[in-house]
Amino acid sequence: MTTAIIIQGEEKMTIKEIEQAVAQYILKECLPGARPEELTSATPLITGGIIDSLGALNLALFLEDQFKIELQGHEVSKDYLNTTASIANLVHSKL
Amino acid sequence: MIAQTVLHQYLGTSAMRRPEHTAIEDPATDGSITYAELDALSNRLRDRLWRWGVRPGDRVGIYLRKSIDSVASVFGILKTGAAYVPVDPGAPVSRNAYILNNCSVKVTLVEDRFANGLAKELAQLGDVPRLLVLDWSAGDRPLASALQREDDPDPAPPSETVIPSPDDLGYILYTSGSTGKPKGVMLSHRNGVSYVDWCSEVFQPRESDRFSSHAPFHFDLSILDIYLPIKHSATLVLIGEEIGKQPQQLAALIAERRISLWYSAPSILSVLAEYGDLAKHDYSALRIVNFAGEVFPVKHLRRLKSLWPHPRYFNLYGPTETNVCTFFEIPPAIPDERTEPYPIGQTCAHLQSVVVDEQGQMVTAGLEGELCISGPGVMQGYWSLPERTATAFLAYGGRNWYKTGDIVVEGADGNFIFVGRRDRMVKKRGYRIELGEIESGLYKHPAIKEAAVIAIQNEGGVRIKAFLSCKEGRPPSIIELKRFCAENLPIYMVPDVFSFQDWLPKTSTDKINYQRLKEME
Repeated sequence: MTTAIIIQGEEKMTIKEIEQAVAQYILKECLPGARPEELTSATPLITGGIIDSLGALNLALFLEDQFKIELQGHEVSKDYLNTTASIANLVHSKL
Repeated sequence: MIAQTVLHQYLGTSAMRRPEHTAIEDPATDGSITYAELDALSNRLRDRLWRWGVRPGDRVGIYLRKSIDSVASVFGILKTGAAYVPVDPGAPVSRNAYILNNCSVKVTLVEDRFANGLAKELAQLGDVPRLLVLDWSAGDRPLASALQREDDPDPAPPSETVIPSPDDLGYILYTSGSTGKPKGVMLSHRNGVSYVDWCSEVFQPRESDRFSSHAPFHFDLSILDIYLPIKHSATLVLIGEEIGKQPQQLAALIAERRISLWYSAPSILSVLAEYGDLAKHDYSALRIVNFAGEVFPVKHLRRLKSLWPHPRYFNLYGPTETNVCTFFEIPPAIPDERTEPYPIGQTCAHLQSVVVDEQGQMVTAGLEGELCISGPGVMQGYWSLPERTATAFLAYGGRNWYKTGDIVVEGADGNFIFVGRRDRMVKKRGYRIELGEIESGLYKHPAIKEAAVIAIQNEGGVRIKAFLSCKEGRPPSIIELKRFCAENLPIYMVPDVFSFQDWLPKTSTDKINYQRLKEME
């Protein structure tokens, strides 16, 4: 099952909605077997060993594809992608 | 020309031959350095190290990001007659401290962001060596600033460049160890020079060539990257860790910097082919693409060749203990129906090989056996591990052969085909991993009773799966385990998947039954 993002009409998704979609992706792709409640807004993804460099790249491609945004090279880093909260903020700023 | 028997003579010769030519470019800082400047900077470091008591036979650590200064450090250290020990800036400080303590470095060049943590870890292990701290926040050339800072109160008088014996150590590269601790592969100048000379023969470098340096310096791929361009007075283009993982930026960099000789693990080439938008750029300068470190899936290689059709492609094979020992040139066209990976090829001209069975007897072509290598490229042994060194070699026909642990079969055309490993070592994205080291890392967790790790190979590459049983009480969460592993192991060793079991299956001799675990997959 893929994680589908529904953008209703012209309405911009909320940060919370984005974060939920990102969390779903992380749980499926990077944390198979983990309980959803384990992953919080502040769980460190890159510095916490959950996502490695290839994982960050795949996450970036997922974000670009699902939210129809474009990420800059420097944004594919722990400065922007280390928590679901920071990812949601980044995506939201580009919608 | 004077015979070049030690690695740092390459720099001296090129500094005389082409002093004003650019030796290194660093796109991360948009910096560059000429051969004369690189020679002078490394001389200054040599003088400082000598002033601090570094002498031939000593070891000096390099705990720095890839940079012009880290290349200058390599040569400065070699010029004292000491060996350099590069560590991975991305690895946990505790692991690097273990390495630097293990080989008793006299001095370590360290980035300021790691200096306090390293000093603390080293103090717990015993003596803290002298640290030369480089601070990138103060500018792009922190080595010169650090040397000046030391010179002001305590000038370092000029010393002589030492030309050691070719059999003296040039560098020690630490690789994953099955007992849970990394082990130091001791490599001499002869090891390095014989390999670089072989590269000269095969790749015929030109002064106009522009080489990539994609691999980190603690990888053996860096030996070609650093020394081959400097031997041939060509230019080395450094590719920093961050950009090295970002396909679109990396694709643009290779084109803009007119890289002519590329060398990396296949995984980044697969990513480049898939996500790099390669059709957008001009790669007319690119003439050779070398890859090593793991199997290149044919599907990805075919895709890359369709986007970069004109360069020659070489599959270079070899463990750190021998550096490249066999090679295979990929044919110009890859048939559509081909799915099996290309062979690892034939033995390099400076080495000899035999394939032996479990009793250490040579097998005939066409039968599987372990590839063993002899010759001037083969390491001297493992640092401070004489017993491990002894078991790494096979005495046969009056010479010592390094047992690679790789099972191969010699095809009808004389090329070796890689079949698998004899032990529990795997390659993941070019990184060499002993699964036992991951298990040792997991056992450090207080809740873990038993840990067993297997590697799963599929089309996307290798995935690491850990089977765990826990002591009484609530098992740790997967997120907590991942974080714990990331604190104790390099990131590429963190298992991708965890599976909790009440108990792990055992063999009749009460050992973990790995075969059963693989079947549980």
